[in-house]
Amino acid sequence: MLKRLRENKSSQGTLLISPTLVFMVGLLIIPLILTLIISFGKRSPDGNVIYTFGLHNYIRILGISTDCPGGQAVCFDPLYANILWRSLSLAFNSTVLVISLAYPLAYFIARAHPIKRNTFLFMVLVPLWTNFVIRVYAWMMLLRTQGVINSVLGWLAGLVGLPFTPLEMLYTPGAVLVGMVYEFLPFMILPIFTSLEKIDNSLYEAAADLGANPIRTFFRVTLPLSMPGVVAGTILVFIPVMGTFIVSDLLGGKQVILIGNLIQRQFLDARDPTFGSAASLILMAMTLIVTFFYTRKFGFGEEIVAA
Amino acid sequence: MNPYRRSLFIKIATVLVYAFLYTPILVLIVFAFNSSRTNVLFGGFITQFGPLIMDGSTVVQSPCGPFHWFCELGKNAEVMNATKNTLTIAIISTLSSVVIGTMAALALQRYNFKLKAFSQLSLYIPIVIPEIVMGIGILVLFSQVFTFLNGAFNLAGDSRLTLGLPTVIVSHIAFSVPFVTLVVQARLQGFDKSYEEAAMDLGANELTTFWRVTFPMILPGVLSGGLLAFTLSLDDFVITFFTTGPGSTTLPIYVYGLLRRIITPQVNALSAVWVLVIFSIVLLIQRLQSRTA
Amino acid sequence: MSEFAVELRDVVKRFPTPEGGEVFAVNHVTMQIKNGEFFSMLGSSGCGKTTSLRMVAGFEWPTEGEVYIEGVPQGHTPPFKRPVNTVFQNYALFQHMTVYQNVAFGLEMEGAGKQEIARRVGHALEMVQMTGMERRYPRQMSGGQQQRIALARAIVKTPNVLLLDEPLGALDLKLRKEMQLELKALQQKLGITFVYVTHDQEEALTMSDRIAVMSQGKVMQMGTPVEIYERPNCKFVADFIGTSNFMEGRVKSLESGRASVFVPPLNAEVTGFAAENVSVGDEVAISIRPEKIRLADKPALTQNCFEGTVVNTSYIGSDTRLHVDLNGMTMKVWEQNKISSLDPAAYYTVGQKVWLTLFPENTLVLPKE
Repeated sequence: MLKRLRENKSSQGTLLISPTLVFMVGLLIIPLILTLIISFGKRSPDGNVIYTFGLHNYIRILGISTDCPGGQAVCFDPLYANILWRSLSLAFNSTVLVISLAYPLAYFIARAHPIKRNTFLFMVLVPLWTNFVIRVYAWMMLLRTQGVINSVLGWLAGLVGLPFTPLEMLYTPGAVLVGMVYEFLPFMILPIFTSLEKIDNSLYEAAADLGANPIRTFFRVTLPLSMPGVVAGTILVFIPVMGTFIVSDLLGGKQVILIGNLIQRQFLDARDPTFGSAASLILMAMTLIVTFFYTRKFGFGEEIVAA
Repeated sequence: MNPYRRSLFIKIATVLVYAFLYTPILVLIVFAFNSSRTNVLFGGFITQFGPLIMDGSTVVQSPCGPFHWFCELGKNAEVMNATKNTLTIAIISTLSSVVIGTMAALALQRYNFKLKAFSQLSLYIPIVIPEIVMGIGILVLFSQVFTFLNGAFNLAGDSRLTLGLPTVIVSHIAFSVPFVTLVVQARLQGFDKSYEEAAMDLGANELTTFWRVTFPMILPGVLSGGLLAFTLSLDDFVITFFTTGPGSTTLPIYVYGLLRRIITPQVNALSAVWVLVIFSIVLLIQRLQSRTA
Repeated sequence: MSEFAVELRDVVKRFPTPEGGEVFAVNHVTMQIKNGEFFSMLGSSGCGKTTSLRMVAGFEWPTEGEVYIEGVPQGHTPPFKRPVNTVFQNYALFQHMTVYQNVAFGLEMEGAGKQEIARRVGHALEMVQMTGMERRYPRQMSGGQQQRIALARAIVKTPNVLLLDEPLGALDLKLRKEMQLELKALQQKLGITFVYVTHDQEEALTMSDRIAVMSQGKVMQMGTPVEIYERPNCKFVADFIGTSNFMEGRVKSLESGRASVFVPPLNAEVTGFAAENVSVGDEVAISIRPEKIRLADKPALTQNCFEGTVVNTSYIGSDTRLHVDLNGMTMKVWEQNKISSLDPAAYYTVGQKVWLTLFPENTLVLPKE
């Protein structure tokens, strides 16, 4: 037995990979297939699934309705399309904002003295060790009408003798945006840092030698060479922002409903798992399509592992 | 040219971004010492030690003094239970995913087998699909399988299969394995087969070779993979949210529940403890790594 | 005990290609390596030399044929059960172990006692002049030092056969030359068989008792350095080892090992030593080494003598290297500068007419392939 195993390198490999495959197939691939099957089904009155085959859930999400107020046969109901669009644009805005905050910091760390570099990196990670939910809570404390930011602003206004009405910041789209940026910022800093760190100093010298000023050097040398990091970071930020529901739940209240909240409600409040499954697959399709086109354009770096 | 030269713009941006990262955390920790129970405004520190005295919603005196809320936390059975669950899940899923992931990394880096390309690809799934998709997928799987099994075997009452600690643990292993594998694989990439061949050439069999040569070489990778799995598990909300049942509440789930009701500075105290504990674990692991690297 | 330390009998090794096909890494190789011999496998990368060595070590198993070590067929014996040890190209020193731990590793695997290990490790380090380095880590050492430790680690188990896979490849030229001599001395001192893989012909010629010249998975020629250099058996070996001039022609007659070959550009016959598998009527390559061509103002013989024009000269100190045009063929000729002179007239100049003499005993008639 042992001898046969020793001689067959291929079955050794299979043996080593099999537990992983069990998990990947059993808890990733089969669930996805099951989600797909259920998304074609119907909700039974007691909240269970009736297995049928129909595209009604997808038709509903895309906004094609047969229950029209004007009495037409078919009309467009933008409810879910709006949610999809809102999620997509929020993910896009968050990612852009995260890149613009992460890049200067990553650049700073990458060009810090090697001895200090690790400390600076460590400082990026520390906020991640508070819990995801707790980080949202911190922003609730800051943004509340009677929260820390308003208190500080009120105090400042008092100092110069201006009247001050507290700002309504919590439960707005802006609060959700800030929350998302805060949650995922470190996931952009790390890959950008990794790709910046790899750039050999002689390249900067060569660019300077060839007559490029610092700004041109940045746009012609630094930025292109750090694109793998930006791409990896974008994947690590864009995808979770698309799917997160706690941030919008706690910081957006009823104002900001994203596709994540929609899915969650189907499974817990509205109890229609078939519609929730369809929404979940639409979400997956959206992220995969964006990721696919994005990585095809810019390539898929190994930086994703570094983070 | 000085390689470490950075413009003023970069320096200012850096300070601002670090401030953005740290302000919420500092506020969080300061409020853990809040004398005001409602925790909306900072009512000052609790300065007096002694039997608990409340003035409305303000704590005037506490047996623990400024650490009043930390003591309250310790007395809170729900928190203690959630802590126990969180750690149980994190420890079991980390150990399992480290073993499974290291095996997978070795397989992918050292062997050729039929499903290699498929296996490698499947590891990227948890990275490229949103967590909620994975979470509800697993929920759907468990609920359908459990409904079927409960019906088929006529299970009722306590013997019914329901969501609970085991389902959470299994799900945590599933999302941790790819991360451990990729980290260990990256480490293995730096070593060619010749080290293992050298050990065998000197008379070590496969098992001895693994423990004496391969394992020490990949240990730093295994440790970072384990640390990653551990923090991912501790931090996870979404997957746990969908796979947890009554009695298997974790800290993030518990906090989420609180945030929708009343928040006392206990939550802040919990956050402060949390940061401190993970900070120490990470420092410890880094020490270990720098010693083995 | 077998006469041969290592024997490869009709060994074939095929590897699957990513496209689903197969490539021959080693193609029907037979080799006999004698006890106590310094044997080199020489060839360019991809010629099968390293794969052959790895099959002896047990890292690969032959697809067909059999590897014998001391007369014992190895089959699928794993490396840790074979009585051979290997010095790796990249040294493969365990980075997490000290020098002492590295060298002791093999003895530990044998289950040797602590004291015996200490004694033998000390002895092995002495052999490679690395005493005192026991507590260092490999990464704290230079390439040359690491090389010595790798050597000590392999010889500490006193194998009967030591396999060396381009062990000097990573060292700089000067260190490499020193180590060549040391390795040879060490082999003689230990009296064990060395199987040495290299792509450096000078290295192989300097150190080896016998050399197998390999190409595309096959052994082209096996013999002593002198045999390989002076009597290459085919055009490939003549070309691969050292420098040769080649002329092509057809064998007109063959008599007691001497062949007369008609060379069309010269419109004349050239006589030389015929290789074994050359027969009348064959298309052949005539090979002659540049240092073996005699240059003169006048013909020295009635045959094998041709007039040409110097097209290029370069003075390199010990020699003057010339290119001589011979009816459209460029011949390389190396003239030793035996007389010290500052007079330009003492040297050949470009455009000068010269006579080249190809002594038949220096001229080889080889199969063309």
